[in-house]
Amino acid sequence: MDVTLHVWRQKNAKAKGAMEVIEGKDISEHSSFLEMLDTVNETLLSKGQEPIAFDHDCREGICGACSLVINGEPHGPEYGTTTCQLHMRSFKNGQHIFIEPWRAKAFPVIRDLVVDREAFDRIQQAGGFVSVNVGSPQDANCLPIAKQDADKAFDAAVCIGCGACVAACKNASPMLFVAAKVSQLALLPQGQPERESRVLAMVDQMKKEGFGNCSNQYECEAACPKEISVEHIARMNREYLRASFLEEAPKAGHGGD
Amino acid sequence: MILDSKVPSGDLADKWEDHKFHMKLINPANRRKHDIIVIGSGLAGASAAATLGGLGYNVSCFCFQDSPRRAHSIAAQGGINAAKNYQGDGDSVHRLFYDTIKGGDFRAREANVHRLAEVSRNIIDQCVAQGVPFARDYGGLLDNRSFGGAQVSRTFYARGQTGQQLLLGAYSALNREISRGTVKMYSRKEMLEIVLVDGKARGVIIRDLVTGEITTHSGDAVIMATGGYGNVFYLSTNAKGCNVTASWRAHKKGAGFANPCYTQIHPTCIPVSGDYQSKLTLMSESLRNDGRVWVPSKKGDTRSAFEIPEAERDYYLERKYPSYGNLAPRDIASRSAKEACDAGLGVGPGGLGVYLDFADAIKRVGEDGIKKKYGNLFHMYQKITAENPYKAPMRIYPAVHYTMGGLWVDYNLMSNIPGLFVLGEANFSDHGANRLGASALMQGLADGYFVVPFTLANYIASEKLNKVKTTDAPFTEAANAVKERTQKFLSIKGGRSVDSFHKELGQVMWDKCGMARDKAGLEAAIVKIPKLREEFWQNVKVLGENENLNQSLERAGRVADFLEFGELMCQDALHREESCGGHFRSEHQTEDGEAKRNDEQFCYVGVWEHKGDGKKAELNKEPLEFTDVKLATRSYK
Amino acid sequence: MKLCDRVFGSPVGAKMLMALTGLMLTGFVLAHLSGNLLLYAGQEKFNAYAHGLQSLGLLLWLARGGLLTAFVLHLYLAIKLTIENKAARPVPYAHEATIQASLASRHMVHTGLLMFAFIVYHLAHFTFRVTSPEIEALTPGDAYAVVVLGFSNPVVSGFYILAMAALATHLRHGVSSAFQSFGLYHGNLNVVTDKLGPIVAGIVFVGFSSIPVSVLLGCIK
Repeated sequence: MDVTLHVWRQKNAKAKGAMEVIEGKDISEHSSFLEMLDTVNETLLSKGQEPIAFDHDCREGICGACSLVINGEPHGPEYGTTTCQLHMRSFKNGQHIFIEPWRAKAFPVIRDLVVDREAFDRIQQAGGFVSVNVGSPQDANCLPIAKQDADKAFDAAVCIGCGACVAACKNASPMLFVAAKVSQLALLPQGQPERESRVLAMVDQMKKEGFGNCSNQYECEAACPKEISVEHIARMNREYLRASFLEEAPKAGHGGD
Repeated sequence: MILDSKVPSGDLADKWEDHKFHMKLINPANRRKHDIIVIGSGLAGASAAATLGGLGYNVSCFCFQDSPRRAHSIAAQGGINAAKNYQGDGDSVHRLFYDTIKGGDFRAREANVHRLAEVSRNIIDQCVAQGVPFARDYGGLLDNRSFGGAQVSRTFYARGQTGQQLLLGAYSALNREISRGTVKMYSRKEMLEIVLVDGKARGVIIRDLVTGEITTHSGDAVIMATGGYGNVFYLSTNAKGCNVTASWRAHKKGAGFANPCYTQIHPTCIPVSGDYQSKLTLMSESLRNDGRVWVPSKKGDTRSAFEIPEAERDYYLERKYPSYGNLAPRDIASRSAKEACDAGLGVGPGGLGVYLDFADAIKRVGEDGIKKKYGNLFHMYQKITAENPYKAPMRIYPAVHYTMGGLWVDYNLMSNIPGLFVLGEANFSDHGANRLGASALMQGLADGYFVVPFTLANYIASEKLNKVKTTDAPFTEAANAVKERTQKFLSIKGGRSVDSFHKELGQVMWDKCGMARDKAGLEAAIVKIPKLREEFWQNVKVLGENENLNQSLERAGRVADFLEFGELMCQDALHREESCGGHFRSEHQTEDGEAKRNDEQFCYVGVWEHKGDGKKAELNKEPLEFTDVKLATRSYK
Repeated sequence: MKLCDRVFGSPVGAKMLMALTGLMLTGFVLAHLSGNLLLYAGQEKFNAYAHGLQSLGLLLWLARGGLLTAFVLHLYLAIKLTIENKAARPVPYAHEATIQASLASRHMVHTGLLMFAFIVYHLAHFTFRVTSPEIEALTPGDAYAVVVLGFSNPVVSGFYILAMAALATHLRHGVSSAFQSFGLYHGNLNVVTDKLGPIVAGIVFVGFSSIPVSVLLGCIK
């Protein structure tokens, strides 16, 4: 099949970018979307033009590296699918396909379709963990966790950190991403000791990164390749409200005896 | 090359505990004075960096991905083994140890494997404490399932994405240390050279993939947890970015490369569909708990799976290995699939596929029951193939998945270069000639959480480490070499893309050094690869510049290393005149087609020493001694 | 101070405050509607009700104060959040698409602005009675007459119905969304909260719009 691509090209973070029209010829409908780009890149290279830069790694839908807003939808038209698992059979012969990077101030473009998502790492560093040293924790089965809680926590834990929620949101808000981690740990007993400080710190960091605000349109949920529910955002809101009243400002440490 | 395994004396079961007591420690207040460099942020790298940071060392961690969370450990599906015996089915540390040694076809170092089995239990405790959501049963306790090569249920899992959950656990531990300031994380940075000072590993040269800037970093020790080299085959289940560069650079600086020919071909992957294909997708081994593998028993049977009656199907694994059945180890299941397809019994386009059928299981537990267990895997299969696996059996075929070989390390996980520690898939130590399912996650985390923190402290406390500066000659020389090499790629301006070379190399490797190998084929490959390498250096086409993100340039460096490494792999396969585990030499098989080991001549680790570009690598041997297990013919019948 | 920061300064606190003030204003709208519907009970009863409101004295001013605070806060937050949201995506998509977000949810700002314009007119019309000499000339206290006279003008009625449509659209998303902001989004509860927005919107639109329609049709004279 043949397709006409409209691709965002931008040399580096400082350069000005623009949409460029590139023809994709003789594409197998069984190839994945990224394999289509590979094929197009080979053609570009043979013509002496620089290939299109895009993020990808595992190509099996789990690492979260691949991105791309395809015809206005993050990860393309298929529900619950990452770009790397999207196949060309989802498109029509002769179709025009717009390919753009995630658009957010907090995700600056590095090149073409590649963006910098370190803001997500910094949000996790603000509190997305359980403070436990490596050593000799108690036997794993000393901490029974009700199956339904474990399952619910898991539903949030499947987040791959791709950023589609931000890309889909009209306000470029990462609430679903932040909520997934907050919710996972709020549901598990291991997360309880830092329950309040975690949600406050992560929300605070989210604001500092320059993301937008949630307006409950749920585009994130619809775009999420892992189908994470906005119910987790509600849980984060509850957690935040609760923590706002409970959490006191941290006191200065003392050195002991 | 001196290969001292440094295995402690004493009873096998006590070695590690004794060794831990006898190793030197470093005072907590002194730890922050020691800079440690960690390359890679997968299970082994992230867990090592987090643990060392937690202990108070000053850690720098580098990864080429845009975030440490994307390392390819994330893609592991099935599970992680641990000798917890939670199911009360007779598991024990010794049994896990024995299964792993046997699974590795008696080509792993006994003491390392025993330690792995011991600490496997701590891993589960540690991960649960971090909030890793393992599968649980209705009583709230941890659930287990079975994996290949074992007759007990010892595999802990988190749906079909155990690797993801474990990696995110390690990533969260890493994040904690980053927030405490003990670990400094560098993403989108690739290690391109290791720096030796007075023969010890003291630093690395890093290229910033975004700006092209070359930086030098020094430390008291370097930990490499850079994964396996399966991408030498081009098509594999590895992520596109997985590469041998870090290991190969270290090898060229003197680190021994052990058993490079031991590669694992995973039996259950989605078959290749065309030449545009960029990677192969694994379907978890756990599927073989419920799926039955079969092919038509008559050649050239073109009927659809439904139309073939029970009597005309050959459930060949169940037939050949009645006691393990569909859960025969990976190397055996793969080879059986190849045999069936070679005999013309394969199904699907090109006849390169066998059925993995869930009809019986669906009858037993219903479609919902199967969905609960394997929903995401079925979903993935459907997305890729556009076929519904609930209705028709899956078609699967073996694909390159894991590499057991790697840099040689001693019991302390240190290579023959002092101060260079190698963890996880990047080292050779624990899986022998074949890795059992759910053991890779176990090894990565064991190395990072529970082994290297002790052995690294012992090294630093025992060695006199002079101060080094990144302006010293060894650093500047290495940095210049990296710069020159990068410029070289850009200046060739030839006519062929990096990928086309990679694909061609991959085809040679798969044909000549894949599931079955023979002398003539390997010799042909050893002639062919240097020619291809020569063409690469004259005719590769890399556009753009060093100073912007340049993905072709990144790949050029990696493929250049694969082109050297592939030759060594074939050499190793050629020299090992026996069949063991994933290494199957057609000349060495029993009458019924099983691997025929040669313990008299080949019961050793083959460690290759680099002798200079264009010169033949030299083979060194570390003999393998077995005190607690008896060498036996591996049988799963 | 810390708490204040968390409420005003954080994205989560701000949206809760937005929801809270929004629900307060919705409460007012519903109370207002129930009062208005007394028009159907006749001139006497309606004027008595209007007079009753006026004679609440301090209470009325307290209510007005509360309402004004809620209104100003709601408006302030809306402006603040919108500016932040626009800044969060400096480069728009060349190919915009919406996967599932409702029209109502995507146009909260527009319906809100329309409401603001309407409120200014509405206050001038009914509270301050400065929109036309005829209205200024009416007997003080005869609210009923003001309504009838006002809605006899089809243009005024048309604008009023349009504004009610905007209000209903605003509430359709706003009411359900407020529960999510408070964290009340949960399996069984959603059955109710998801429908609450459309239900309130329906009542508000039909209730308010019925009055100008009735006046124009001559049912209310």
